Amino acid sequence: MGRAGRMRPGSEAELAEAVRGAAGPLVVRGGGTRGVGRPVTGEVLETSGVAGITLYEPGALTLVAGAGTPMAEIEAALAAERQRLPFEPGDMRGLLGTSGESTIGGVVAANASGPRRVQAGACRDSLIGVRFVDGAGNVVKNGGRVMKNVTGYDLVKLMAGSWGTLGVLSEVSFKVLPVPATQATVLVRGVALTDAAAAMAAAVGSPFEVSGAAWSEADGVMLRIEGFAASVSYRAGRLRELLRRFGEIEVEGDAEAVAARWRAVRDVGAFAGRVGDVWRVSVKPSDAAGIVARMGPEAVLLDWAGGLIWALVATGTDLRARIGAFQGHATLMRAAPEVRARIAPFQPEAAAVAALAAGLRAKFDPRGILNPGLMD
Amino acid sequence: MEMPIPNPSILNAKARIVERLRAVLPEDAVIDDIAETRAYECDALSAYRCPPLAAVLPRTTAEVSAVLRVCFEEGVPVVPRGSGTSLAGGALPTADCVILGVSRLNEVLETDYANRFIRVQSGRTNLSVTGAVEADGFFYAPDPSSQLACAIAGNIAMNSGGAHCLKYGVTTNNLLGVVMVMMDGTVVEIGGAHLDAGGLDLLGVICGSEGQLGVVTEATLRILRKPEGARPVLMGFDSNVVAGECVSDIIKAGVLPVAIEFMDRPCIRATEDFAHAGYPDCEALLIVEVEGSDAEIDEQLGVILAIARRHNPVELRESKSEEEAKKIWLGRKSAFGAMGQINDYMCLDGTIPVSALPLVLRRIGEMSREFGLDVGNVFHAGDGNMHPLILYNANKPGDLEKCEAFGAEILKLCVEVGGCLTGEHGVGIEKRDLMGVQFSGVDMEAQLWVKDVFDPKWLLNPAKVFPLAVTAGRRVA
Repeated sequence: MGRAGRMRPGSEAELAEAVRGAAGPLVVRGGGTRGVGRPVTGEVLETSGVAGITLYEPGALTLVAGAGTPMAEIEAALAAERQRLPFEPGDMRGLLGTSGESTIGGVVAANASGPRRVQAGACRDSLIGVRFVDGAGNVVKNGGRVMKNVTGYDLVKLMAGSWGTLGVLSEVSFKVLPVPATQATVLVRGVALTDAAAAMAAAVGSPFEVSGAAWSEADGVMLRIEGFAASVSYRAGRLRELLRRFGEIEVEGDAEAVAARWRAVRDVGAFAGRVGDVWRVSVKPSDAAGIVARMGPEAVLLDWAGGLIWALVATGTDLRARIGAFQGHATLMRAAPEVRARIAPFQPEAAAVAALAAGLRAKFDPRGILNPGLMD
Repeated sequence: MEMPIPNPSILNAKARIVERLRAVLPEDAVIDDIAETRAYECDALSAYRCPPLAAVLPRTTAEVSAVLRVCFEEGVPVVPRGSGTSLAGGALPTADCVILGVSRLNEVLETDYANRFIRVQSGRTNLSVTGAVEADGFFYAPDPSSQLACAIAGNIAMNSGGAHCLKYGVTTNNLLGVVMVMMDGTVVEIGGAHLDAGGLDLLGVICGSEGQLGVVTEATLRILRKPEGARPVLMGFDSNVVAGECVSDIIKAGVLPVAIEFMDRPCIRATEDFAHAGYPDCEALLIVEVEGSDAEIDEQLGVILAIARRHNPVELRESKSEEEAKKIWLGRKSAFGAMGQINDYMCLDGTIPVSALPLVLRRIGEMSREFGLDVGNVFHAGDGNMHPLILYNANKPGDLEKCEAFGAEILKLCVEVGGCLTGEHGVGIEKRDLMGVQFSGVDMEAQLWVKDVFDPKWLLNPAKVFPLAVTAGRRVA
């Protein structure tokens, strides 16, 4: 155990003990790199002591690790076998101005997914098993280490993106994927925001297996393709034909440059260090341009073929008030605590849905001690 | 199979309940004649049958809401039903329940290629979802074997898979949103054409909840552009261990086939006698399929065949034409039919870690001799989902019980090696009493909380998924 006001259990059993014995609210923390949500005060409960890869079978595409395992350790182990997490979680430290070591449990709690989400699914889609400690200190398991499993209710999905409010993750299991031999970016230059979604729709709606589709004012449309060299070059050619009506095409083939570009999209590098609040808005892709116009942002980046809008706006802006009614959800990802106290960081839900969420929290955390109010 | 004793006060109130249902539905949507309710007495787990109190066939979300409201007020259990193709007894009625069939909710509501989704009513069949978009080059990926008949509602309830999940995932990975009616009649909308949840991922827990949390009436599904082409290869090996190693090496090589199917010798022989696909007589057979343009397929198959050759295959067969490709798939696709020609069979559905395959097949062989029942194995090898088919004679007293006991032992073995009881069929009543093998009391309790929240009176499909003893204190029926 660490210093006063901060607990760092070294095992799942100690973690359960810590929750069971908690006298008041707990601030559940992985690496502390994603300070999202309503500010919560309480004793800090760090999961970084419940760490280590417990099983990795490359031939079965399966990895199991303690929730506190650093992302760097997971990524290194996978890279050694030329495999990776399919959903491409970002490193948010630059964007959010945080430090520390991102943990795999924190990634799950945030359901963090990067550009490849559009092809390979979100974190929750690769997550195949969890162990967690509920608000009463019970250790619960769900799912397992196999990728097809419909035994009982899928609490695995429920835990992904629950930001530590239903339980404290102790172990997570994933389906992983091979790293393709090579990759390239097809750039469509000079595409305006209003045409971006249509260009990206043409690409992701093609048979050419686009694994990333993003847009920025500076770069235009960016499309990533991955695979064996001949296949990547073939698909780049086909996409060139398909998209030439949208703008001038350039193909970026240098592996380092491609990787750097998509890392910047993933981590929203363009907003790092810039003043203002950052919002992350999930929408129907063809609605994106209209919604961005209503936002009046200082800067914007589209990912997920237009389905994800990253927006930089003036500090304290209530972005939802600007957008008005829309289909989707807006999350305030970066803002000062007083702004996050005033503006709901998570999208308010319809009454019947909110009642279900509140009901679940009351069951899983009957004392209301796990990151209380963080998602309210 | 134990089912709850029907509630006599509900049975006695049948006339009133039916009258109230008729008051909120069109004349032809309420079925209470005992001869006609027999049509709903079972699903594809046909060893178990029980006609319901009544069946209703609403056409709209509003009608579903009205039905559920009546049943909620009357305290009548409701068993939702898609097309009745569940192999796990998911739609098995009790005598005191109302069957809510969604078969008349079968419209396509919206097709949107730019945003790659289709919105359908939930009674629409799986294959007809693809049917609605395939002329434009798109498809809906999950493809359970029953796809000609099974409904999207049932797919969502059971989180159905198929042969192509290694690449495309299962239902939950392709479901974007639902309109769902709660037991008290409240209509909720969860998810939509956008990605991921804004708050808790309720959609994730609704999918696969076996009709116990609500009745889904509309679904927004992701559709994908069809690949340019697909082609299978067939490989025969003289050992299960070697076939398993070959699968593992293919996966490690960075190729992601769209399907890797495995058949063992008993299954190969049965299908050969039945379908004459020209399969080699060997210990283990793999069918590996990849997608892309012709050149891309050649490139991937080149890698795969090189790996296969390193494992000394007894046969390697490529397909040079559509016809040859069909012939490779022919035996696999007729495997269930072939086994059915020999005898009645029970199809299991456990999943195992791929690395445990040789051990599990050996143990199944040993148990087959102990129980004196033959078994053939068909297997989605890429994802570890096994389908052992145990042969038995339904007309021979005691054979079904023996078969069920054998099946239970296989499923326990799946859990023991790190797998699970069911990979895509669901628990239903079939595996209900084995849940304790995989889950502790605490693990199950956490799942029951979800039902407590969604259906506090425990009226929706109450006797399924969890052992009756575990849910006894919660169920009123």
